[in-house]
Amino acid sequence: MPDNASTPLSFQQLILTLHDYWAARGCVILQPFDMRVGAGTFHPATTLRSLGPDPWNCAYVQPSRRPTDGRYGENPNRLQHYYQYQVIMKPSPPDLQELYLGSLAAIGIDPLVHDIRFVEDDWESPTLGAWGLGWEVWCDGMEVTQFTYFQQMGGYDCKPVTGELTYGLERLAMYIQGKDSVYDLIFNDAVADRPAVTYGDVFLENERQLSKWNFEVADTDKLFRWFKDAEAECQASIAAGVPLAAYEQAIEASHIFNLLQARGVISVQERASYMGRVRDLAKGSCEAWMAHNGWAE
Amino acid sequence: MSADFLLELRCEEIPARMQAKASEELARLFSEKLAEAGLKAARLTSYVTPRRLALIAHDLPLATEAVSEEYKGPRTSAPAQALEGFLRKTGLTQDQLEDRDGVWFALVEKPGRATTDVLAEAIPAMIRAFSWPKSMRWGEASLSTESLRWVRPLQGIVALLGDDIVSFAIEDFKAGRTTVGHRFHSSGEIVIERASTYVEQLRAAYVIVDQAERRATIESRASVLASEAGLDLIPDAGLVAENAGLTEWPVPLLGRFDPAFLDVPPEVIQLTLRINQKYFVLRDKAGALANAFICTANIEARDGGAAIVAGNGKVLAARLSDARFFWEQDKKTSLAVHAQKLSRITFHEKLGTVADKVERVAKLAEWLASEGIVPGCDPALARQAAELAKADLVTEMVGEFPELQGLMGGYYARAEGLPDAVADAIRDHYKPVGQGDEVPTAPVTVAVALADKLDSIAQFFQANLKPTGSKDPFGLRRSALGALAIIVHNGLRLHLDVAVAVALPNKQPLETPVWGQQDILDFFADRLKVQQREAGVRHDLIDAVFALGGEDDLVRLLSRVHALQHFITTEDGANLLAGYKRAANILKKERPENGKATSQAGEEDPGAALTDPKIADAMRVHDTLPPAYVLEPAEAALVAALDAAEPRAEQAVVAERFEEAMAALATLRGPIDTFFDDVTVNDPDPTKREARLNLLTRIRAAVHKVADFSKIEG
Repeated sequence: MPDNASTPLSFQQLILTLHDYWAARGCVILQPFDMRVGAGTFHPATTLRSLGPDPWNCAYVQPSRRPTDGRYGENPNRLQHYYQYQVIMKPSPPDLQELYLGSLAAIGIDPLVHDIRFVEDDWESPTLGAWGLGWEVWCDGMEVTQFTYFQQMGGYDCKPVTGELTYGLERLAMYIQGKDSVYDLIFNDAVADRPAVTYGDVFLENERQLSKWNFEVADTDKLFRWFKDAEAECQASIAAGVPLAAYEQAIEASHIFNLLQARGVISVQERASYMGRVRDLAKGSCEAWMAHNGWAE
Repeated sequence: MSADFLLELRCEEIPARMQAKASEELARLFSEKLAEAGLKAARLTSYVTPRRLALIAHDLPLATEAVSEEYKGPRTSAPAQALEGFLRKTGLTQDQLEDRDGVWFALVEKPGRATTDVLAEAIPAMIRAFSWPKSMRWGEASLSTESLRWVRPLQGIVALLGDDIVSFAIEDFKAGRTTVGHRFHSSGEIVIERASTYVEQLRAAYVIVDQAERRATIESRASVLASEAGLDLIPDAGLVAENAGLTEWPVPLLGRFDPAFLDVPPEVIQLTLRINQKYFVLRDKAGALANAFICTANIEARDGGAAIVAGNGKVLAARLSDARFFWEQDKKTSLAVHAQKLSRITFHEKLGTVADKVERVAKLAEWLASEGIVPGCDPALARQAAELAKADLVTEMVGEFPELQGLMGGYYARAEGLPDAVADAIRDHYKPVGQGDEVPTAPVTVAVALADKLDSIAQFFQANLKPTGSKDPFGLRRSALGALAIIVHNGLRLHLDVAVAVALPNKQPLETPVWGQQDILDFFADRLKVQQREAGVRHDLIDAVFALGGEDDLVRLLSRVHALQHFITTEDGANLLAGYKRAANILKKERPENGKATSQAGEEDPGAALTDPKIADAMRVHDTLPPAYVLEPAEAALVAALDAAEPRAEQAVVAERFEEAMAALATLRGPIDTFFDDVTVNDPDPTKREARLNLLTRIRAAVHKVADFSKIEG
């Protein structure tokens, strides 16, 4: 068990270990989706693949953007850009919990030394018209994974149900490496005369600049315009029968909305209306995808 | 012949908050299904852990009893087809029938059923009928939305009657005798022998199935840890139950956090520990919050729990640093500056911003103080406290812990050196929250707390957003109960009608508060009844006083109700009520038009017609009786008693000496009794009859000066 090993996993080794583990369990290892999204769930490999009857098993890392969580690189726990590790299994296998616990063991967490718990936490995404039941998984009192059985997506009942695991990679790595600041995480191990790099070496400047852009620089007039453009493009794509393209525009609108939120230019009343618009785009794309595949009833 | 039956339904982790109810539901459904089949166990024992619901039915008969039922058939003289039909129905032959006075009777013996068969039918039905607060589908079966639903995926079923499996299947699950033990301390399957070995077989596999035992373990172990550390555990039964619902093998562990965090208000630390982390909180011997926590692990860790304590300590430190950051950050800005941001928060789309509400509440609180309604309250302090009362809503701390609203405002007010009366009012102005919560008594707090609640009620009613049926999205019923508790507890002399008018300055000019907001006052009346009923006041007595109408001073109204409640239990009171009822019944029969007229006149205000002095005068008909009419002694005595009692009662009511008003009425009791004993109301002489009915009317009117006795039961 690597728990007792002298060197804990580096950040990249953590990802590679999870890739190996889930690949060996029949998951397609995908690369991140190439758009800015708020969470791994937005990846079409989760959202759209959880619709319809076809089996689907995959795992991927998804960079996730939460503009309001930006702290200019000054908070050791909060980032406007971080990584989620996402596993999707459809239909949910009967031993999904055991598979998940196996992955924790693989990355060096010994369940007879660390206290692993499944604590009720139901998931709902109003913008995706989705909900599910599950838990947040605690390791010694820290939430390390969101574990969800999707019941609905895009307003449709999941037939069959997809099991979703979302690991917070930075948190897990901080835990495994015993670091108090995300920027001190060891990203890779030194090899010969090539030194190890920290998470801070890679991302600290990004956090500073992007926090500034999110909160101060981004031109809100343009953001409003981009939102409208993405909305229009999404609707046009639905009409043109290309739901995958429509969904990308829905994702775009969702992220622009998050940026507008970070700039504090959306009032409380407007907020609900914007969320409704994003939901309509996401649901509309899902509906078109269902219809395109002949799954809609 | 009987045996014990064991049922275990194993699934993925059941939310802690649902376990107790689920355990009850299982026992209830089981008893129902068995009763339908005519079976009953000597007793049921229920167990629940995060991963299993179990039940043992002790001494269950192995078969249902045989019953014989008798059926009546056709007459022996009936056509052959009728007899054939009866034989088909009963499955008998003609020689098995009995001829009783020319009618065929059949005795059908129904053999008992094996209990195992009954269970094999009942358990799947129970599982399908089980109601969880939220349930889900899973796995391959979920291709259909009709697939089995459970709280989380079901993993296995154990069903043993005596030593044998009760065999049935539901979807992919076949009932058997294998289960699993603790998720990490046990591996492989456990073969359960029989119900009586279940608890110990699982204990050997690190599962304590009895929730009460897990709770007791947590409580006693946590207390021991606390006392070993020289500390006291702050008892928290809810947290004990929650931790018992999160563990199959609970192991409390004590950890410490940096004492520097103790600068943060203790309520914040407690919330962080209890709500976010489900840790127990401890106190030192002086009663101050200690820099320690107790978490409850689900394993006997190989290192004795060192890693678990360290890990939890780290998570806690991160959370407490956040809390301290918020505390320091919030204090850098004065509440007055925080309050400016309230103009950006919508209170309700129809009611403007929180800043608008704050200004209304400030005006109302100032008015309550300057009118002397809240005695001893400085109007300037009331205004200042009201203006700052909601400022903490925009602080980081309340953003993180909404339940700390008010409390944090109080801390921040004190930190910036505001007067204690202001800080206390900010802290407590949401009180009382629900029954049993402390009711504010400090004058400034009373003014702000009352103003805040009156404003919400008046504004939402004006916007036509009043509670309907079970829906009360803005918590107005609670606000009203809170306002009533403040008024009654502090004996505030307040005309609600006027106060509501002040709260709605645009709607009603202050000078003319003429029951303009009747629906708001009715709403308060309803809440008052609820509140008083819960305080043990008879609802019919409240109705009796309310029926008089026109009263919006709650203190006066309640003191009248309380006097009435006392009076009605005395002998005089009970007899007066009997006499009143007799008079009222005769009037109802003999002068229905009179009663009707009264009730019509009283539609708006049932008591007004009777308490109106002009009408009362008109009723003094004996003054204008023909001179030839001679009052009988009992009549004369009653008239004299009424003449004496009426003004006394009236004056006492005006002076709010309700006991005295009741005492005045009590003097009528003897004369009324004698009147009914000696005088016939329905005299053949119409003049006499009219005069006597008028006298009864007058009795009723006199009594109604105090309360509408017709509403009193008994």
